[in-house]
Amino acid sequence: MRAIEDITRQIDEALETEFTFIRSDALAPLIAALAPAEQRFVLDWMRRTASTHTEIAHQFILRAPQALRAQEVHIIEAWVLHAMDLYDREGLRAALEVIRDIDGFLHYSHVRDAGVLFADSGGILQHFVHGLSGRTLKLVAADEAWTDGEHIYLPALLAHFDTREANFQLYKISAVMQWAQVHQNSLQTALATDFSLFGDGARALSAYAQLETLRLGALIGRLLPGLGREMRRLLPDADEPLSAAWREAAQAVRAIDASAQTSLDRLPTLHALPLPEPLPWHAAIHLDAIASAREARIAREKQSLRLRLAEWLREQEAKTQQAAAQAEEDARNLALHAVTQDEAGGMLFELVLDDLPVVPPEPVQRLLTSIHIDFSEIPPEYLTPAGAGEYNAQMDEQMQTSDVWQGTYHEHGALYYNEWDHGRQHYRKNWCVVREQDGVPVYDNFIHDALQRHGGLVAQLRRSFEAMRVEQRLLKRQTEGENVDIDALVEALADAHDGGEMSDRLFVRQQRAERDIAVAFMVDMSGSTRGWINEAEREALLLLCEALERLGDRYAIYGFSGITRKRCEIYRIKRFDESYNDEVQARISGIRAQDYTRMGFAIRHLSGLLNATGARTRLLITLSDGKPDDYSDYRGVYGIEDTRQALLEARRSGIHPFCITLDEEGQDYLPHMYGAVSYTVVSEVRQLPFKVADIYRRLTR
Amino acid sequence: MNELAFEGHLISEEPYYEPAGSEIDIFEAAWRKGLPLLLKGPTGCGKTRFMEYMAWRLKRPLITVSCHDDLTASDLVGRYLVKGGETVWVDGPLAQAVRAGAICYLDEIVEARKDTMVVIHPLADDRRVLPMEKRGVLLTAGPEFCLAVSYNPGYQSVLKDLKQSTRQRFVALEFDYPPAALEARIVATEAGIDEALANTLVRFAHMTRKLKGNGLEEGASTRLLVHAGKLIACGIAPAEACASAIAQALTDEPEMLVAINELSASLF
Repeated sequence: MRAIEDITRQIDEALETEFTFIRSDALAPLIAALAPAEQRFVLDWMRRTASTHTEIAHQFILRAPQALRAQEVHIIEAWVLHAMDLYDREGLRAALEVIRDIDGFLHYSHVRDAGVLFADSGGILQHFVHGLSGRTLKLVAADEAWTDGEHIYLPALLAHFDTREANFQLYKISAVMQWAQVHQNSLQTALATDFSLFGDGARALSAYAQLETLRLGALIGRLLPGLGREMRRLLPDADEPLSAAWREAAQAVRAIDASAQTSLDRLPTLHALPLPEPLPWHAAIHLDAIASAREARIAREKQSLRLRLAEWLREQEAKTQQAAAQAEEDARNLALHAVTQDEAGGMLFELVLDDLPVVPPEPVQRLLTSIHIDFSEIPPEYLTPAGAGEYNAQMDEQMQTSDVWQGTYHEHGALYYNEWDHGRQHYRKNWCVVREQDGVPVYDNFIHDALQRHGGLVAQLRRSFEAMRVEQRLLKRQTEGENVDIDALVEALADAHDGGEMSDRLFVRQQRAERDIAVAFMVDMSGSTRGWINEAEREALLLLCEALERLGDRYAIYGFSGITRKRCEIYRIKRFDESYNDEVQARISGIRAQDYTRMGFAIRHLSGLLNATGARTRLLITLSDGKPDDYSDYRGVYGIEDTRQALLEARRSGIHPFCITLDEEGQDYLPHMYGAVSYTVVSEVRQLPFKVADIYRRLTR
Repeated sequence: MNELAFEGHLISEEPYYEPAGSEIDIFEAAWRKGLPLLLKGPTGCGKTRFMEYMAWRLKRPLITVSCHDDLTASDLVGRYLVKGGETVWVDGPLAQAVRAGAICYLDEIVEARKDTMVVIHPLADDRRVLPMEKRGVLLTAGPEFCLAVSYNPGYQSVLKDLKQSTRQRFVALEFDYPPAALEARIVATEAGIDEALANTLVRFAHMTRKLKGNGLEEGASTRLLVHAGKLIACGIAPAEACASAIAQALTDEPEMLVAINELSASLF
């Protein structure tokens, strides 16, 4: 049993009670009263939550004993993690609401083991939903089940039924129900209806939502008979609690020809009656959120459809009838020809281009499907691609897209990466907003000068790298091969003449041991590299490229830098599939010191690129001048631990990370991050260009 | 060891093939004019079956070589072997096909080593000859000989792409999974199951094809549907048949396996 003083001290430390109004002497007895294992659990999670916010930790301690009495440990963990995720997304208030709503959470306590977490089944469900046809919907954990037409929101924990299996099924049914809401006109009809005409608008909307749940339930049963069976198994007597009027309405909306309008038609009689208890897979309808998502989507999709169409038409022209197209440049005439729609919502669009039916490519099909869901048709103005007169308009659109990529405004089009929060001992979801952009090419004398200055070294590097290329080897005296090994044959014949046994190893075979290596260089472009280091980095990269070109290994160079998690930048210097040309040289020359050193996102991003090469040996080499460090939060242990976690992830996926650093204090943290043998400290900046190529040679020999 | 009886390569019974477009006419025209053919398309969509069908239709023997990354030029053209103290030349399948005026089908040509692909170049243009360097002779192809290669553009790997100098010699035929109704008919005929079941299998295939790029490299091919259909015809429960014949064949990733199995469980 821990002494109460000890607990008080730990609370003081974690919650920084000196600076807050939290009173540790009131909290300590709560923890002290628990069993030792529970004490450890609460103290551990106190520290982890406190690293996010002390108030969350405070509220957690107040409720932990009650939670522990009623619930399994892994469910409590999920509860707290959900609160912290909410803190990341929506701030302290939302997080505290979850923590304070312990009753809502303990409401599930009767089932203990049966609860299923979104965190565990979200991945499976996302694949599942991808497999359904129509618009691609993204799954997000939320407080209740509903959809805005683009996302499927599901509760973080489901424990409605008594078994895990049943609760997982409920997740599945819930997700499909929302998919059906999007694809079967439920939301669209709701948007077009003025529910206030029924008096109590909110109540009428709820009644509508319930009717739709009934209608879509029956529809899902027809589309996905297996799932329908599952629904009946989970809730054999779903209609039992319904009143006579509702039962009659349920009959009507379940008919095979029922539509969202059928549900609407029932509202005048039903909205005044008491609402039945919602079904477990009932999905709420939030009109405002649906409308605003739709508005943004419509504008976005119209723009990208017209861009895609223009691009596709240009390709078509290039492919087919160059001469003819030029003659009648502005006579391109695009119209919708046919929409084939299967009952499951899958659609195939055919367009007519200059009176010829054509099937547009997959991305256009996807956009058309999504637009068709919103309008139940394709408005003709959507099908005007860039003709001669609209050239300027299209240019404008392109400018806007690139602005988005450069991050001058919102986060649209960026990539998100998780980040490891050491204090929380858990990931912060979608924490880093990452944009990949081309490095700025600078055409100056740098390349020329550097190559001249290091002329001798370049020649030497080329030679030594060339020697590493494994050429074809001729294996002699094989039992099978392309050619007869004359020496062996002569010997064997002589043996045979002498009455000896003739060897069967009479062939030569070419064997080619291929170097199947891909290497990504990750170059620190943080502000601290300004000056000498930057120059040395650039020279090092240049010499490396010269050498690698001889070796034939696949390689890519990316720079990274950023300010805060919202602006993480990756600069493409050379892609894997790009050749080493003037522009790459100019981009190397254009590498300039930027902002801070946030490393985790860059490692995660480049790991993804490396793994996509499919090479047998994949190397990730970081060139850096110091510790990971970013404005405000990414300092000290946090930065080091996230980087370490990112490197562990990389290693798990089969990548060999290696670090070349100029930081002489690197010995202190590099072994922890990269492991004892996977780093090298170059003490003299001037040596960097010589060293990097040399280290690479040693690594891959 | 290398002896092939060409009669054995003649296809006597009509293979089941449902044309999806004008591929039969194009193939026949190209064959008559001595043009080589390139069959593009995802795995299991009927390329090999189409070749068998055409071989039957044109009454030519069909010699199929599945290419792999150790396939050398000698594996195709031929080599010297030592037999009883003497060296004997043995033709490779490509040389055999040229001599016999057969259809030579190089399956998954991109899998072969780049230097191997070059030996087919003289055969694939208007020269229509096969140089046998080791013997110092040129083998001229007769009018019946036909070279066809297949290639799956879906791999999207820089390494596994066809060189322009190779691909620009061929008449290309694009294959894809057939339209839903046709595919269902094919599955029903091949596997011996009823149309309704075949329709559901095809719907399941469409679900997995939507997962391509979202965690799956490829969706379920027509071939896999036929496999599943055959299992079902033998009395295996549909969901189980899909799990074994389709889901396990598509991926090893546990989460994806569960998701695919949940999809099939929802359908049947």
